[in-house]
Amino acid sequence: MAGQEQQQPQSRETEAEVDVPEAPPAAPEAQASEATQGVDDLLDEIDGVLESNAEEFVRAFVQKGGQ
Amino acid sequence: MRVMGSETEYGIHAPSAPGANATMMSARIIQAYATVTRQRAAGGAETRWDYTDEEPLHDARGWTVDRAAADPSQLTDQPPVLDAEAVALAYGRQELELDGADESGSLLMNMVLGNGARLYVDHAHPEYSSPEVTNPRDAVAWDAAGDVVALATVRKVAADTSLPAINLYKNNTDNKSVSYGSHENYLMPRSVPFGDIIRGLTPFFVSRQVICGAGRVGIGQDSSTPGYQISQRADFFEAEVGLETTIRRPIINTRDEPHATADKYRRLHVIIGDANLSQSSNYLKFGTTAMVLSLIEAGQAPKIEVHEPVQALQTVSHDTTLTATVRLLDGRRVTALDLQWMYYEAAAKLAQETGVADSVSGDGHTHDVLSRWESTLTTLGSDVGAAASSVEWVAKKSILEGYRNRDGLDWDDARLGLVDLQWSDIRPEKGLYYRLLTNNRMLRVVDDADITRAVTEPPSDTRAYFRGRCVSRFGRDVVGASWDSVIFDVPGLGKLQRVPTREPLRGTRALTGALFDRHQEAGPFLAELLGQNPPPAKA
Repeated sequence: MAGQEQQQPQSRETEAEVDVPEAPPAAPEAQASEATQGVDDLLDEIDGVLESNAEEFVRAFVQKGGQ
Repeated sequence: MRVMGSETEYGIHAPSAPGANATMMSARIIQAYATVTRQRAAGGAETRWDYTDEEPLHDARGWTVDRAAADPSQLTDQPPVLDAEAVALAYGRQELELDGADESGSLLMNMVLGNGARLYVDHAHPEYSSPEVTNPRDAVAWDAAGDVVALATVRKVAADTSLPAINLYKNNTDNKSVSYGSHENYLMPRSVPFGDIIRGLTPFFVSRQVICGAGRVGIGQDSSTPGYQISQRADFFEAEVGLETTIRRPIINTRDEPHATADKYRRLHVIIGDANLSQSSNYLKFGTTAMVLSLIEAGQAPKIEVHEPVQALQTVSHDTTLTATVRLLDGRRVTALDLQWMYYEAAAKLAQETGVADSVSGDGHTHDVLSRWESTLTTLGSDVGAAASSVEWVAKKSILEGYRNRDGLDWDDARLGLVDLQWSDIRPEKGLYYRLLTNNRMLRVVDDADITRAVTEPPSDTRAYFRGRCVSRFGRDVVGASWDSVIFDVPGLGKLQRVPTREPLRGTRALTGALFDRHQEAGPFLAELLGQNPPPAKA
């Protein structure tokens, strides 16, 4: 059920996100485990939409309490 | 199947203005939607909330908390007030006297929407409370409609480049020890003893996260222990039963605020769920919980009790292999999946007896819930990763594991924290859930067209129909509304007309659709509704 057939890589219709984080290209030794099969090709697309400067972005996300 | 509804508090963040006042940013969000709907519906589709019937301090166990003893955050029956200083901090001084204010000069903090929902500022978050629906499929549609509403507000805010853009996240924690809620509401007969509800629901709530948890990077309220867990909310629960929703959060919440005829109904207020983007997880959350309530009402809930349920809740959440066991009071040790199977078996048996799951004469929903519930449990029991398209925490984990494998990241790496956060960004181009959806990796339960319709149209089979149509059709003359009332101020009438809607299954299209068809003006509509005129002959 997990790995649907792969679509052609989605074009990046995203708003201009100038500096893509410096993710190294897929490491050859990284073995896709069962759980991640078919996911790796999606990661390139996600790289393109992730906010730059992960550490600062995550640190700045501070919420006030809610219910 | 059962009257139900959802509440979503969105995480709110302005990346270019960290530290901006969250209440004010939330007010900007509400204001933005008022502007959007004003553009869409002539006469304005926004209406103030009527606080008359809010009773947040009534406890289902039979008492009322003294106002002075309550935590200030529990006083949800008072409209929030913003002072000039807070306005200035969020808007800038020059904004004080204009746009953000309505004609009476105060900021709009509360709206009733044409789809029957409520959109408002809850503490420091914008909250969308869905209209009342009668089945889990509609619950998913009108909950997802809230995400579309949220998206519209974010776009509107972003279009004003003179103020910081605001992001909204459909998640439940900032991973720095703060949590905010996603609640469910279910209508039940008042005759069911609350003790039965507590006993029947607790083992179910300890375990249901395996099918509807949204997944979270980090263990502990402040995420100080690296790792991944099933639930966004589990680590924030500290009590088994209680009235509070913001402190000492209980597995079973006792707020007794029926928003309906109080001697007939209770509204069970469920605070333990995660906000779901996955339609399948959301559907299962509402569908299975509704079925378990039927079990409790029929006296057929599994006779089991979990030892130390708060601890068990966290044990389950922290084990993504689904092999951890919790102890029952009878001495057995069972997994969360075992618990879910016990509830499934009991629910399937009851459905068989009552005929609600029959493909012809059934209610049209129970059969589908049972079948999806069974297949999800079966998949999780044989290969957890194979449930990625239907179970939210598994889907999120597949992306996180992808990064860990590709880039060798540890669980405390900031990029994994970012993936967790950005999973729930409600903008389709940024939200990682939506990237998976677009790539056909997430199961859909409702069509996009159904969600789009649910943004503007109310459900047809509850009182939300009456509320929503009144707001859309007579917005100019509706001065207030709540779950159980609509208040009209019709020119020439001289006084306000409050139409009570205390029966959740009245005010439906079947009962009031023709009345709306007959009247374009509020005056004659009200006159016929209140029996002051004979209905006109022509349709």
